This record gives sequence, structure tokens and C-alpha cells, in this order.
Amino acid sequence: MIKVMALAFVLAIGACASMALAQQATGNGIEVVHAWARATPGRTQTGAAYASIVNHGGAPDRLIAVSSPVAEKADLHEDKLDNGIMKMRPLDALTIAPGHSTELKPGGDHIMLMGLKQPLRQGESFPMVLTFEKAGAVKVMVNVEKPGAMGAPSMDHMHSSAPAK
Amino acid sequence: MTLDSRLKQRRRIQFFAIGGTLGAALLALVIALPILVGTHRAAPPAILSGIGGPFKLVDQNGRTVTDADFRGKWLLIYFGYTHCPDACPTALNAIAEALDRLGPDREKIQPLFVTLDPARDTPAVLKDYTAAFRSNILGLTGSAEQIAAAAREYRIAFEKHPTGDGDYGIDHSSLIFLVDPAGKANAFFSDQTAPDRLARRLGEAVG
Repeated sequence: MIKVMALAFVLAIGACASMALAQQATGNGIEVVHAWARATPGRTQTGAAYASIVNHGGAPDRLIAVSSPVAEKADLHEDKLDNGIMKMRPLDALTIAPGHSTELKPGGDHIMLMGLKQPLRQGESFPMVLTFEKAGAVKVMVNVEKPGAMGAPSMDHMHSSAPAK
Repeated sequence: MTLDSRLKQRRRIQFFAIGGTLGAALLALVIALPILVGTHRAAPPAILSGIGGPFKLVDQNGRTVTDADFRGKWLLIYFGYTHCPDACPTALNAIAEALDRLGPDREKIQPLFVTLDPARDTPAVLKDYTAAFRSNILGLTGSAEQIAAAAREYRIAFEKHPTGDGDYGIDHSSLIFLVDPAGKANAFFSDQTAPDRLARRLGEAVG
């Protein structure tokens, strides 16, 4: 009985330690969850990626750069509806207030992948690095959904972030 | 049965008789009204008057097509370009998913994707692009003049926007038009319209 309790205690300590580690792994309070992209239709070499960014920290942080080995260039863009005309413009940075989250989503802020070296195919995934002013580089795996998808399946929360090595 | 209860019963019968007559009259009105008005479909909103007109373009198979080729079909027309990663796939996916939900009524509708970027969107490029949406969306291109003329008929504003690295995007009106079998706009939808809602509205219009 004591042995069993001791084992449970060790396991519990282990679980706490790995949880602490996981929280640390989100990089100074920034966590990137639910990263997904749309499959690219046909020959198009421009794609869009989306994610939710959570700031668990006590200070605002800014997303200042994005990169991925699948694209020559990745930019942060916003969609603006100006007098009925959809305009896509680069964003210098995206600020996430402490205790808040922001969602990159279709029709809003998004990551534009330019000069794709290969088509993004539904069901595949690829790495992407989001660089924050304070938290530094956060590496995520991006799941590719169908062309024009409006979101990733909601149960898929397991692709949370780990800092880039 | 007391006199009082008999009176009550008679009142009840009268009440139901009056109610029934009123109900029947209402029902008759509901049935007759559309026949009297001549249609059960809502007229297109005034904002759409004058929208929709002739076009001459080249389809994704390289054939020249005009609006007359689609006469008798309802059209869903969306103007965009294949290098557009956000708004255009959103709109085309909404169209594809809405048509999937329609059932037999979908046969009455031809979805069209007109590119505003003919320099990059050749028929072959369009064919690969539309195929990805697993629908019968037909891609249309043409000369810059042909496309400008078609866009004008649908009040689509568009303008090239250089992105700094020699590349460009195109700012454009992002609306999905439903066009009736006579070639006139009947309704329009935002590119963010949920497929369920779009399907319901399409079903009401063409059913």
C-alpha cells in the first residue's frame, strides 16, 4: 500500500513537473494554439495560415515576424473592408494584451504565405515560427485543412506550441 | 345539464365557429395572396436594379462564352483572383458548400468565378483552381477590356495594389451575386456568408 502511494506520489510530482515544463515551453507566457492553413487550390503559390495566440503573461507582447520553410516569405496581413472593397494590407506587428487572446482568422488578420515551394495539401502539416518581441520564437505545427476552410476541427487542441530550438 | 352550463356550451360553440371562420378566411388569404400578387418570391431589392448585364469572356476550357449561353440558368457570380488567399477561397468554399446542401435545385444554378487578374489567371490556371473546390464552379477570364466590362455590369470595383516585391494583390469588391435566368441580379451576399444561410436563401430563390 505504501509502495502504491509512493508511486502515485512520484507520478503526481512527475505530472506537475511536466505541466510546469509545458507552461514554460509556451515561451514567456505566449501560447500559440490551433495553427491551421488552407490547402492551396490549383497552382497558386500564395496561401493563408491562421492560429490563436494567448498571452498568459503580465505584459503586452507583439508578434513581429513569421517564417516557414514551406514559403519564401510569410507576412502578417489584415483584411480591411473599405467602402465595400476588400483590401489586404501588411501589418507591422500584432499586439496581444496580457490575459487576452487574439485569433487570426479568415476575413480578419492572417498570415500570408508567399512563394510557396510546394502546394499545401489537405491533411498534411508543416512547421511555422512566430517571433514575438518578448517571448521570442515560438514554433508550431500547422495543419492543412481544405481550400476555403473556415476553421480547423475544434477538438484539435494538441498542436500547442513549443519554443523553436 | 343546467341552463347555465348549456349557455356556456353554446357560447363555446359560437366561439369556435367564429374562430374557425376567421381561421379559414386567414388561410384562404394566405393561399390566395401570392396568386393575386402573381408570385410568391420577393422582388429583388431596389439596390440591385440595373445590376447584371451582358458579358463576353473566355472559360477555363478556352471557349468564348457570353451571358446568353447561360440564359435559363440561375448564376452565382463571384469576381476575384487566384492569388487571393483569404477572401476568394472563403467565397468559393461558401458557394461550393451551399450548393452541396441544395439537393436537386443545384441543377438550376451555374456558379461562375470571374478573375480580375487575367495576366496571371489563364484558362488552365483557372481550371486547376476551381477544381480544388470540388464543385462545378466555372472559371472565366478574358482580355483586360472584357473583364473590365463584365465587372462594370456588376458594379465591381477593383484595383491592382503593388506589394513592394514586384508582386501585386488586387483590391476588389467581394460580393457573391445571384442572377436570375433572365440575367438580372436577384440578390447579393458577403463572402463571409455561412454556407447554411446561403443554401437557404438560394433554395428560397430558385425553388
